Amino acid sequence: MELVCPAGSLPALKAAVNQGADAVYIGFRDATNARHFTGLNFNDRKALQALEYARQRDVRLFVAINTYPQPNNWREWQNAVDRAAELGADALIVADLGVLDYAHSNHPELNLHLSVQGSATNAAALTFYQKQFNIRRAVLPRVLSLAQVRQLATVSPVDLEVFGFGSLCIMAEGRCHLSSYVTAESPNTCGVCSPASAVRWQETSSGRESRLNGVLIDRFKAGENAGYPTLCKGRFNVDDNIYHALEEPTSLNTLELIPQLAEIGIKAVKIEGRQRSPAYVTQVVKVWRQALDHYLEAGAAFHPKREWFEVLARVSEGSQTTLGAYSRPWQ
Amino acid sequence: MKLSLGPILFYWPRQQVEDFYREAHNSPADIIYLGETVCPKRRELRAQEWLELAAPLAEAGKQVVLSTLALIESRADLSTLRKLCDNSGCLMEANDMAAVELLSERGLPFVAGPSINLYNSGSLRVLQRAGMMRWVMPVELNRHTLADILKEIRQLGLTGKIETEVFSHGHLPLAYSARCFTARARNLPKDDCRLSCLDYPDGLPLRTRDNQILFNLNGIQTQSGRVYDLLPAYREMAAMGVDVLRISPAAADTFTTLSRFDQVRAGATAPAQPLASDWQTEEACNGYWYGKPGMEILSEDG
Repeated sequence: MELVCPAGSLPALKAAVNQGADAVYIGFRDATNARHFTGLNFNDRKALQALEYARQRDVRLFVAINTYPQPNNWREWQNAVDRAAELGADALIVADLGVLDYAHSNHPELNLHLSVQGSATNAAALTFYQKQFNIRRAVLPRVLSLAQVRQLATVSPVDLEVFGFGSLCIMAEGRCHLSSYVTAESPNTCGVCSPASAVRWQETSSGRESRLNGVLIDRFKAGENAGYPTLCKGRFNVDDNIYHALEEPTSLNTLELIPQLAEIGIKAVKIEGRQRSPAYVTQVVKVWRQALDHYLEAGAAFHPKREWFEVLARVSEGSQTTLGAYSRPWQ
Repeated sequence: MKLSLGPILFYWPRQQVEDFYREAHNSPADIIYLGETVCPKRRELRAQEWLELAAPLAEAGKQVVLSTLALIESRADLSTLRKLCDNSGCLMEANDMAAVELLSERGLPFVAGPSINLYNSGSLRVLQRAGMMRWVMPVELNRHTLADILKEIRQLGLTGKIETEVFSHGHLPLAYSARCFTARARNLPKDDCRLSCLDYPDGLPLRTRDNQILFNLNGIQTQSGRVYDLLPAYREMAAMGVDVLRISPAAADTFTTLSRFDQVRAGATAPAQPLASDWQTEEACNGYWYGKPGMEILSEDG
């Protein structure tokens, strides 16, 4: 399986390449990608440097143009597709039907991947994108169980890429408006979720409070680990019980599923985290490279090492990891 | 403009569903969406029984549309959908690209529901070529984007080929997950959910720790905690060229809401403020329409 790694900056890209990524994915410095964060991403000059660095080391470069344009900013997305084509990126990761149509019609040579934001979870949906736009690969939303991924892999008309590690969206990607409901900005429209500009921390008599546009996401007692207030990972009151009603702060980690994923024909594993530091990318990619190499040698005797889990847990949200929807009981 | 009754997003007992559509016969709704859009485990009515509800509504002059699931994960879900597309005999609403593909393969016209991502006219054109005759605007879009898209529809010469529907009243469908949050609230795994949704005919409110209603849990679907209401924007939508306004069914007061919309359609002055229901026990919101956080309440001057 191919290891697809995130790069929010040139140093992160070099880290990913040096640690053994097979492909790296980047975004341009604007709202055309799903990690539109201040100080992140690549202008044309940096993108070219990224491409050269990757190419010289036989690593492929993908460009994510995976948010949804509206009429007033449509040209920016069109322009991003043209720039990625001119750059000679190895693939474009796209979600919007209009952008896919533009890319396919105007740059038929482009290798198109359906972004996870395209939210295709079944064979019929994948067939639509394959027939209409000749997509070669799709990134699966983190909503399928392992059995469902297996079913899908046997009939999929395109190669499949799945998430292996990183922040866990618990909603079907591309179909979650929770963030815009609270802050006006969402992954689809702005490339952000629970944006930092809307976050406020407050010390109160009942504890440390995290708020998102004024909405109380969580409250922490002294000594409690206070995580970033991603709105699906707060503690809320349902039926007079206060708990993580949607999900706990946790990261997805599928290291132990490597043999199954490989055996069912998954083409690539993706590491989430273009917003993360080069140090994070170094640690995570290093572990995953070792794990995938170990699987190639050991095959069925693959057994993930304890130190891999330890490294990954240390860089995970809430210092814990989960198999997420791959595991039926999680659902 | 036409008024539609959206699909029932909650899980109601069969009798309640039948009573609801009996009342719908004589309601001012022009279009009625039937069927299950949230969870394949909700089987109070089988496909055939939904279709049996359709016939009398069609005789009463309503356009009947059969809605389909928004999240299609298993081979079984897909095979059920395929059967529906083959046999429904009525117009269908696609809520996943799977339904778009299957209906388009069969050369059947379809409505693209609110969970299909249509944010620009380029996307609309792709689906129009595939057979889409109406789209429901994604709930997070605002009036300026809608006006721009409608203008582009006219420029593309697609006026009359694509109808535009706006989700105008009800808890907004905001997200879909593999996880069932209603079962989770009862400490049950999804595979043993005991059909808990039946106990929450208007969803299960999720409040912040300082008691603000934030979301409304409805199985694998997360809705807005507040009720979206665009009746105050009725004339604005009519002037823009919106064709259909969708009222999303609630357990108690849907037909009162529907008649408030119908009265404004007949010439009554639209209310200045959004309203959740006549009972005023719930909070309303309309922020999305003005390009603000969806949960906010704004007046016409923004």
